[in-house]
Amino acid sequence: MVNIKYFLKGFISIKGADSPAIALFASFVAIGALFKTIGLNIQESIFSTFLTYALPGSLIMAESLIVGASLLNIFLAVWLVNARLYPMTVSLFPLLTHKSQPKLKYYLACHFVAVSSWLIMKEKYTSVKRKYRLDFWIGIGAANLSVAVLATVFGFFIADFLNKDMMIGLAIVNPVYFTCVMVGAMKTIQMSLAVILGSVFGVLFYFVSPEWCILLGGFTAGTLAFSLGELNDN
Amino acid sequence: MTINIVLAILVTSLATYMSRFFGVITSKKVKETSKIFKWFNCLAYSTLSALLSRVIIFPVGALAEVDYFIRFIVVITCLIVFLIGKKNFVYPTVLSALLLAILNSSF
Repeated sequence: MVNIKYFLKGFISIKGADSPAIALFASFVAIGALFKTIGLNIQESIFSTFLTYALPGSLIMAESLIVGASLLNIFLAVWLVNARLYPMTVSLFPLLTHKSQPKLKYYLACHFVAVSSWLIMKEKYTSVKRKYRLDFWIGIGAANLSVAVLATVFGFFIADFLNKDMMIGLAIVNPVYFTCVMVGAMKTIQMSLAVILGSVFGVLFYFVSPEWCILLGGFTAGTLAFSLGELNDN
Repeated sequence: MTINIVLAILVTSLATYMSRFFGVITSKKVKETSKIFKWFNCLAYSTLSALLSRVIIFPVGALAEVDYFIRFIVVITCLIVFLIGKKNFVYPTVLSALLLAILNSSF
């Protein structure tokens, strides 16, 4: 069961000046509009955001549907672009574990791992008792997922009123928000190196392989940042 | 066509959930005080950063239609606003959409 008090505490934590709600809403409005344009109905659009809840993966799926890619191609492309969720989960869930929580709950709660919820939890986990961190996390995740689903529905219905400039305006909001968050997270040498090297290697590896650049760039930059940070500490 | 869309959604969800699922399995063996946890933390931030730079510099979808120079100006301006605005996230977020729409329709 979920502790309601901590669930609600997590749920309302998406309010405030540092909230990803605006960026999340803007980008899923664009996704909702895109889904309608490429021929999804409202049920499929909701189903997609609810089940996937990861923006780059949804974009890849939409692009793949437009060009008529095979299911295997979609699977591989989405897996590659969303593989960042693996290190994000590993670097978050050890902070949430408590012996009183049932194991199945972790496998359900991991569906909420997405950059918006992850960043809030990373910022606030120390303010929550360990026993209730998972419930707090589920609250944050449920709030963000609700925003994403509502935005998808809104975007779907206003798709006909969005011109090209509006779609472009919506598309930049999310990357700018998360760039600011990344810069804000540069509090130690290790974190600063991880962010700066990640952006450099992400671009460099694009020239080697556009599909693998996020994984290869992230792995190389993260390992370098960790090693240099450890050297600096010792 | 409808069946293909539903299958595509299911495949997309499965490919996404897989990383989260294996992340939970791995995290059971990782202690938050360990070096491997720190390493994964660096990997998470650097992978996110790599994704962001790719989205901004080599975008797909609507952003791809905007000139590289305009995207660059918008991101740098918003970062400056973020840094001088006591790290408030709302100003640069709202400004980014307006600035991009204005610059893109002007040039």
